[in-house]
Amino acid sequence: MTVAVKESRRRKRFRFDKDKAIGLALVTPSILAVMVFVYGFIAWTLRVSLSAWKGLLPDYTFVGLDNFRQLASDPRFHIDVRNTVIFTVVFVGGCLIVGLGTALLLDQGIRAEGFFRSLYLFPMAISFIVTGVVWRWLMNPAQGDRISGLNLLFDKLGLDFLVNTWHATPGWGIAFVAIPAIWQMSGYTMALYLAGLRGVPEALREAARVDGATELQVYRKVVLPLIRPVTLSALIILGHISLKVFDLIVAMAGKQVQLDVPAIYMWTTTFDGFFFGRGAAIGIVLLVSVAVLVVPYLAYTLRQESGQ
Amino acid sequence: MTQTRARAWIYIPLMFLALFYLVPMFVMLDTGFKSFDEVSLRTMWDLPKSLAFDNFVAAWEALSPNVMNSFKIVVPAAILSASLGSINGFVLAKWKFKGANVVFPLLLFGMFIPYQSILIPLVEFMQSVGLSGSIPGLILTHIIYGIPITTLIFRNYFATVPEDLIEAAKIDGAGIWSTYLRVLLPLSIPAFVVVLIWQFTAAWNDFLFAVVLTDNTNWPVTVALNNMAGSQIIAWNVQMAGSFLAALPTLLVYIFLGRYFIRGMMSGALKE
Repeated sequence: MTVAVKESRRRKRFRFDKDKAIGLALVTPSILAVMVFVYGFIAWTLRVSLSAWKGLLPDYTFVGLDNFRQLASDPRFHIDVRNTVIFTVVFVGGCLIVGLGTALLLDQGIRAEGFFRSLYLFPMAISFIVTGVVWRWLMNPAQGDRISGLNLLFDKLGLDFLVNTWHATPGWGIAFVAIPAIWQMSGYTMALYLAGLRGVPEALREAARVDGATELQVYRKVVLPLIRPVTLSALIILGHISLKVFDLIVAMAGKQVQLDVPAIYMWTTTFDGFFFGRGAAIGIVLLVSVAVLVVPYLAYTLRQESGQ
Repeated sequence: MTQTRARAWIYIPLMFLALFYLVPMFVMLDTGFKSFDEVSLRTMWDLPKSLAFDNFVAAWEALSPNVMNSFKIVVPAAILSASLGSINGFVLAKWKFKGANVVFPLLLFGMFIPYQSILIPLVEFMQSVGLSGSIPGLILTHIIYGIPITTLIFRNYFATVPEDLIEAAKIDGAGIWSTYLRVLLPLSIPAFVVVLIWQFTAAWNDFLFAVVLTDNTNWPVTVALNNMAGSQIIAWNVQMAGSFLAALPTLLVYIFLGRYFIRGMMSGALKE
């Protein structure tokens, strides 16, 4: 090996290392920020959740799992869990059905597809607060003389059987809160499905048709099985959104215990009631429930990506 | 023949779906354009007899300081987020350092966490550095918790830039920094648009951070609108007009730059 080659190699390696150092220096502030503000703060919240902190001044006296035990026997938290389960079932189910249905309709090679797609997706650009404020009036539960909103519309259209008490329905109000949430997120679900449908090679459909499959069979036997992974992604994304649901309910119903969810309980108990220990415990419960859903999905997605 | 007939009926459910998505929009505008005299819950589905702007004027009077606050928060947050995300995405996509495959998943998980799990420390932190209640504190929050999504979008974008381009720059003697500035940055304008729009929309629509971190003079429009809706003083028709005003900036972004908005949305699901 000549000296020149060795020299250039050493230079190259030097260069490379210097670049690496700069690269590392460029990402380090962000990585540190995430480590501190996400993981450091989670650890801090965990510490608060194990403390007796009640009131304005921090009190880190260790009380073990007391806050979590109290939550387990707290009637309001029981309402929260029940509400979250009902909301999740209606919201996720509704989004999947409307999203898949719309995507299948739009996949028929219709005219003005882009127009309809944009129309179904626009609620995604609006805040949950705006959605909540508007739907609060649409779902005005008043009947009789003070009838308004959708009830009034149904009444005028002769669809009286649809007139109801919406989110003021005792025990099941939360199921109706899922309607505006579906309004907002079903377009997104449609976009996920549409991307999946476009990924199914036309040749596969054509092959099935050549084998004598009807259009319905092409969907049932070829297309739908192939887009099952989309359903999984949508389930996880929508599921984690529904565990975190907060602003929509605040805008629709304020702080009514009837429509309470963990995210709202955490907010009010911490910042209105100063029960910091309890608030932190709810935060941790929320985090764990989201992690159970999202971590396997992340691991799966990243493994797939690196396998490619 | 059957093909075309099959297609014709498809427009019926499509039109019904369109009505479902448009109803709230109709109510906001229909109510907004009525005069105060004409407004009544009883006639809320009737069209306005003539165009009036009473409701929009009243809503603007109540909300304009907050709309301004929203812009003051969202514009710097979006620009700084995008710049940071661009650098991070570039480094993570092109220079794989040891531990990158541990750091990246940890970074990604940060975009899914419920913020209730970091809210107490965040408030304590903002108080201790004197940013509590202020607009800069909220901007900083949006930037930090925006790092995961912005980094992800840029990383995926830069991963599609051919290795040869970077090699060519290297052969020309460009270091990592000048490779980024002269080759990748100009190429990444579309990714910039995606991230700017995404962060603009996310920060504009945020409620949780704002309600906890800002005091009432610094409230963005979401917090002010929610307060307006909860008060008995401001009539529902003004609330409808206010909702429209609060939604307008992100709606305009969606109407004019929808393609980029959708791309950002899909990357939130870790999909291209």
